[in-house]
Amino acid sequence: MTVQQVLFLLFGAIAVGAAVGMVTARKVFHAALWMLLAFFGVAGLYVLLEAPFFAAAQLFVYMGAIGVLIIYAIMLTRGMMRQRLPRVNDQWWFAGLLAAVFLGVLAWLVWQHPWATTAAAVPGDSLNRLGLTLVDPEGFALPFEVASVLLVMALIGAVTIVRER
Amino acid sequence: MVPLQWYLILAAALFCIGLYAVLARRNAIAILMGVELMLNAVNINLVAFWRYTEPAAATGQAFAAFVYAVAAAEVAVGLALIVSIYRNRETVDVDEINLLKW
Amino acid sequence: MEPLSRFLAFLADAIVNIGEWIRGLLLGTGLAEPWVSLIMKAIGAVVVAFFPLMVVIFLIWAYRKVAARMQGRLGPNSSGTWAGPYGILHTFADAIKMLTKEDIRPQGIDLIPYNLAPILVVFAAIATWAVMPFGPKLIGTDLNIGIFYILAFSSAALVVFLMAGWSSNNKYATVGAFRAVAQLIGYEIPQLLAVLTVVMVTGSLRMQEIVDRQHIPLLFQLPVTAFIFFLASMAEVNARPFELLEAESELVCGYFIEYSGMKFGMFYLGEFMNSTAVAALFATLFLGGWRGPWVDQAPILGTVWFLLKMALMLLVWMTIQLTLPRLRIDQMLAFNWKFLVPLALANLCVIALVNKGIVEWFPGGVSAWTRAGILLMANVGIFLVTWGILTALERRERRHREAWQAAQVGEVEVSV
Repeated sequence: MTVQQVLFLLFGAIAVGAAVGMVTARKVFHAALWMLLAFFGVAGLYVLLEAPFFAAAQLFVYMGAIGVLIIYAIMLTRGMMRQRLPRVNDQWWFAGLLAAVFLGVLAWLVWQHPWATTAAAVPGDSLNRLGLTLVDPEGFALPFEVASVLLVMALIGAVTIVRER
Repeated sequence: MVPLQWYLILAAALFCIGLYAVLARRNAIAILMGVELMLNAVNINLVAFWRYTEPAAATGQAFAAFVYAVAAAEVAVGLALIVSIYRNRETVDVDEINLLKW
Repeated sequence: MEPLSRFLAFLADAIVNIGEWIRGLLLGTGLAEPWVSLIMKAIGAVVVAFFPLMVVIFLIWAYRKVAARMQGRLGPNSSGTWAGPYGILHTFADAIKMLTKEDIRPQGIDLIPYNLAPILVVFAAIATWAVMPFGPKLIGTDLNIGIFYILAFSSAALVVFLMAGWSSNNKYATVGAFRAVAQLIGYEIPQLLAVLTVVMVTGSLRMQEIVDRQHIPLLFQLPVTAFIFFLASMAEVNARPFELLEAESELVCGYFIEYSGMKFGMFYLGEFMNSTAVAALFATLFLGGWRGPWVDQAPILGTVWFLLKMALMLLVWMTIQLTLPRLRIDQMLAFNWKFLVPLALANLCVIALVNKGIVEWFPGGVSAWTRAGILLMANVGIFLVTWGILTALERRERRHREAWQAAQVGEVEVSV
């Protein structure tokens, strides 16, 4: 058991455990907090995958922005808290069965497929390469601009939908 | 070195837990949280493949960065819709939002 | 003479030499190399985590003393009960008082977020110190995403305020938490854009490299960027012009109403540590970090210069905090979204153009002084354009207001 495997098991346990806590939480605010813990576990996994930029981006985007947005929405739709509705609907057993079967099939597929992995090391300037690829005209400059247009559209759309008449 | 299969199975587990949340929960916001978990699982897959298959190219990382942007945009619009529905129908229970105009 | 010169040579790089001595001790006891590295890293982590605590203990006393002298009184002193020279033990008395206060547990709170929030605030405040460059070879860990790590942690700490506000089962706390997050998210954008401008000019996210490239401190090359970053950081740490969230007269102290005793003490501590981290960050990004005269011969002086620059920024922070009144929430948000964000965006675009222009027009490369001069002139240009726009807007608004007032009174409207 190398140190990396121990760390993988630790962060993996945090991520999966928090995800299970999220789907079984009684109050939706607790589910949001479990989700934030799951995001933190995933950020740790990114550090193990030698992608520190994504670990920081995970903290920034998911915990700092999306988590806050979800908690805001929970607070704004608070009437739900006063009624004690059941937290799962009528088909939960089927959903659980489907998810378990899907997981089994995926795990079996992944396990017995010979993946062509390389043992190459991550180059030291991977961050520079990412930045250059994102603005290179022969790289991903067009998707980059389209993504920024998408974000502006989402911003304007969200503000328009929620505006009080 | 952690084998690639471990990362893929972990991502599959997160994906299936998110799938269960989407299919089985009643609160619309909880469903959205399940979708976010699924997007996270996809991101782990992308970055794991980048790391273990071709770490020298930045294509995998760029793909994952775009998934971040799309996830953020989708959460914003989705939550705006949910809040707007709550203002009209006084509920976020998806079982009760099943008629177009009562 | 010989032992004196050797002692001075040891002292010239004191902290690194002490580290090497400890490592020599540990290796001498026969431990394997990886374990010695692990123990050294653990010792380093403890030292880096304790540094902000030490600074905050001194800072609380210094803040009170400076506040008192500015307001014409004496401040903490020893004229009553003895409290150390110049009253320096007041901070310890404060801490003991907070420890002995009753730990009120309100009814109907959510236990786990309520108790977890103060711990996470301090955790996020300490975690940013891991990448601060204290000296030429003194840094917790030189991550290749250094500055981005700090911004990510201060952004991830936002959700803690929501936890604290929501779990307090108190309407005022919830509204205070909403306002806190609205302010902090809003002011993150100009802070991020200003940092992005600095990263663009220095070409790297690593903290040591940002310090290395500052032959001339960036404050003189990019003054408008420094101004934007300074304002945005003041708002991020809830200093006086933006102190809306925790003032006693606004919303009954904001989102930590229901916290008493040491839990409130941890919020207080976290806020001071954030202020210290922001001062250190400004010193690193814009004032040149540990650079200064004679650092090559005696690297320990690098740490001294860093601490002096951090203290200077803290003094500026205290002066502003003690002399300006508080803004309202709508004034604060309008200031951010209508002034700071467009200014930061325009600043980023202009500096990007100028930076690229320098590369294009002078293919042979320029000296550092020429580059600094060009960037400074670009910044002065931005400043003059902003000044012109603001003056024109203000003149137009004054004309409208006078016309409106004249119409109210019923006089004939004087045309200008």
